[in-house]
Amino acid sequence: MSALASAAPARASHDARDFALAGVLMIAAIVAAPFFVYPFFVMQMLCVALFACAFNLLIGYVGLLSFGHAMFFGMASYVSAHAAKEWGLDPEFAILCGVGVAAAMGLVSGALAIRSKGIYFAMITVALSQMVYFFCVQAPFTHGEDGIQSVPQGRVFGLVSLADSATLYVFVALVFLIGFFVVYRTINSPFGEILKAIRENEPRATSLGYRVMRYKLMAFVLSAALAGLAGATKALVVQNASLSDVGFQMSGEVVLMTLLGGMGTLYGPVVGAVVVVAMQNYLAQYGQWVTVMQGAVFVACVLLFRRGIVGEIAKWARLAL
Amino acid sequence: MQGDGDDILVTEGLGKSFGDFAAVSDVSLRVKRGSIHALIGPNGAGKTTCFNMLTKFIAPSAGRIVYNGRDITSLAPADVARLGLVRSFQISAVFPHLTALENVRVALQRKRGDNFDFWRSKRVLHRFDARARELLEEVGLTPFADAQASDISYGRKRALEIATTLALDPEMMLLDEPMAGMGHEDIDRIVALIRRVSVNRTVLMVEHNLNVVQNLSDRITVLTRGRVLAEGDYATVSENSEVKTAYLGDVHD
Repeated sequence: MSALASAAPARASHDARDFALAGVLMIAAIVAAPFFVYPFFVMQMLCVALFACAFNLLIGYVGLLSFGHAMFFGMASYVSAHAAKEWGLDPEFAILCGVGVAAAMGLVSGALAIRSKGIYFAMITVALSQMVYFFCVQAPFTHGEDGIQSVPQGRVFGLVSLADSATLYVFVALVFLIGFFVVYRTINSPFGEILKAIRENEPRATSLGYRVMRYKLMAFVLSAALAGLAGATKALVVQNASLSDVGFQMSGEVVLMTLLGGMGTLYGPVVGAVVVVAMQNYLAQYGQWVTVMQGAVFVACVLLFRRGIVGEIAKWARLAL
Repeated sequence: MQGDGDDILVTEGLGKSFGDFAAVSDVSLRVKRGSIHALIGPNGAGKTTCFNMLTKFIAPSAGRIVYNGRDITSLAPADVARLGLVRSFQISAVFPHLTALENVRVALQRKRGDNFDFWRSKRVLHRFDARARELLEEVGLTPFADAQASDISYGRKRALEIATTLALDPEMMLLDEPMAGMGHEDIDRIVALIRRVSVNRTVLMVEHNLNVVQNLSDRITVLTRGRVLAEGDYATVSENSEVKTAYLGDVHD
């Protein structure tokens, strides 16, 4: 726990100006990106980046390493795809269904996992996510190996069609920014202060009268719901939901993104997600070798710059990011 | 309520076993309201185990704990703290990556009840800043209010810990070796501080430094091998031959 805390000092919250400046840069990048990069690709990136931010809320600010976060991301994407396709719900309600299911799953799995610490916590989250994975393989509504295909994008509030790619881009960018702001607000809220206290010294927080488990559970549910928001939105962007989003590899990738970008920093997971997704995309020609390259990057990151990309920049430039 | 001689904390037959090993057995304590009560004894006597049981960080295997007339034997540690029985730790317990001010504010935040409001800006906590600064002033840490807790000296960390505990305005404070690892000048300062903050409060402390114990405490309980060996004021306890043996070894050897 203390090693985690020192690896992620998370002074991020202490300088609103640095944060705002970086925020302006990020928004500018989101606005400019579709003029240079394939917009569909950027939208996928934004969904995965939000997923990484949700994961970072747990590892970076509570010190809990979940190795099964894909269960929230993937299940929410199934639920939102199903709601949009089979029930014909508008996209905002389809996404809301996904978020609701992810939050409920977070409540149950969190209540089971939160009592353990460190490696045991991680193992319980792995076990639960494997159960969810096999449920998704078997359950009729997910269509097993086929997944849910040709999900309609529908009209937001029954008015604005998301089939138009520019509109869809704005919609996804807004969802991402809202999710990102929720993470920022959580970290810089009275609740976030207690989370940090728990991460820094759990027995002391208990001795001050804080019921630590409830705070951890609350953080877990928030993180699950945000991961669900990311997954549910992704299902509408790519117009399908498949087993790959709920599998173990996805849970592993989000760990990689967060560590690479810098856990316990607000912008780290975003940068990490961009780097990892870009690698997967631009190096796709090398086939299976991408996994090996990812592995090499991960090892280099752990050995050479433990704070992650944003963490190292923040330290070097004395910024709060 | 003060000085009417009643007991704020009573234990009956308190015991803790780890497998076959009885770390503490049959400890019956009575702590008078408003007093400074010391728990002393050689290393491994079970003092810290006792402490952990009183604050429910360890579940007792036998006995009862009654605080303010209420049986707290089966309460969770956070709930014991909410009743006004607040502990410190042997190893200095600060939140290292928060500033001194933020450390104290975390305790003051308890006044808001449950702090689950993740949607609100932490600016709402600024209303506690003035009180936090007062508490830091009380323990002599005003110049370090904005320093990160990990950067201040050991003695000041202990003072910060006391300020944080005081922020809860506890009716009873349990201090686990408040002087451990401290130099002389720090000890004098903390002794004065404990004396000052013990007004209108009850203090139970584990302490190795016998000068401090003699200086501060109204009543002393001596533990050896998990049992109560003697109890009384300093003069009584220090004249007890069994206590001398326990501390100095058998003098007839």
